[in-house]
Amino acid sequence: MKHVFGVQVGPVTFRIGSAWRKPITQLQALYRDYPKDGGVPDFTVRLAPLRPWRRWIRPAVAIGGDFVIPDAAPLPLDQGLLAAEMGMNLQMALGQRRFLLLHAAAVERDGCAIVLTGESGAGKSTLAALLQGRGWRLMADEFVLLDPMTGLIHPFPRPVSLKNDSIDVVARALPHSEWGPLISDTPKGTIRHLVPQAHAVAGAKSPARPRLLLFPRFCAAPDQRVVGAGEAFVRLTQASTNYVVLGERGFLALTRLVSDVTRVAIDYPDADTAAAMIEGLW
Amino acid sequence: MMDATRYRAPQASDLSMVDLDELVAIFHRASGITHLVASPVPELLIALSGRWLTLDGIEQEFELVDGNRAGLASIMDELVAAGLIERRA
Repeated sequence: MKHVFGVQVGPVTFRIGSAWRKPITQLQALYRDYPKDGGVPDFTVRLAPLRPWRRWIRPAVAIGGDFVIPDAAPLPLDQGLLAAEMGMNLQMALGQRRFLLLHAAAVERDGCAIVLTGESGAGKSTLAALLQGRGWRLMADEFVLLDPMTGLIHPFPRPVSLKNDSIDVVARALPHSEWGPLISDTPKGTIRHLVPQAHAVAGAKSPARPRLLLFPRFCAAPDQRVVGAGEAFVRLTQASTNYVVLGERGFLALTRLVSDVTRVAIDYPDADTAAAMIEGLW
Repeated sequence: MMDATRYRAPQASDLSMVDLDELVAIFHRASGITHLVASPVPELLIALSGRWLTLDGIEQEFELVDGNRAGLASIMDELVAAGLIERRA
């Protein structure tokens, strides 16, 4: 590819190749403080035009790589950074075998982790980002990596993908943060990537023992309830992209996780309330 | 006279069972499928592990004196459909 960027995020290395310079420049800025990787990567992403002339005329970025979804719609070049991030997610979702992947966020304190999971739009990314300002280290957004051998959560601190109103909420709460460009008119509205705080990137090789499994939901009336191990297990099998592929390793890792942690669903109207609830559970 | 229908569960070594509060998660190694079940299913699977039993035999095993035969047959049908129990007429 004409333009190439290699990076290491936690235990995973990526190489992103692009027919255009702009997405690579944006990646270099977003991942400025991450370890660079020029070796053989775990996963490769390619951003290329559907037809050669579409590099210049109405340029559209098709996401390629080791693992692809056939017939995925290309994105406009303005959303090239988003295409790169989606490509990296796709490689993990379809190709990761070493870890059980949970669609979740995670934060750490004192060597122990909170795993925040829930459906898209539940506010887990926003909450994880905001907890950074309250003494927590961001371990992951989007994918939590659970090691089936040890039961530990391994950091995968990619930039946090924030959407619409939550962008301003987090920007006000964390005024000195680094951000990627504002990406408008995506299928999910406006998206902006928040660079994790320095200690999250620096601590990307420090795993943590999961202690609390949280099912947060952004909601006007604060509430909390204990979630049974069986319900938590089912919800996490649904939140995992590679549970089936991992077979019994995934089964044992997940049953162990839900058995070992405190499991609570919380409804929170704002970060202060959520943080107070979490302190009460910690 | 027709033989009674018999049922058999996989050997214990073919299943991985983990208690999750009031439920039991089961990984069936032969199919790679995960099941989440409640009592009396785990007890039935243990009782039928690697041996054929009729409904009479199951009732005796569990000392089911009231004999809700239709309920038991229905559970066995569900387990057959789930692939956790074999049935032989």
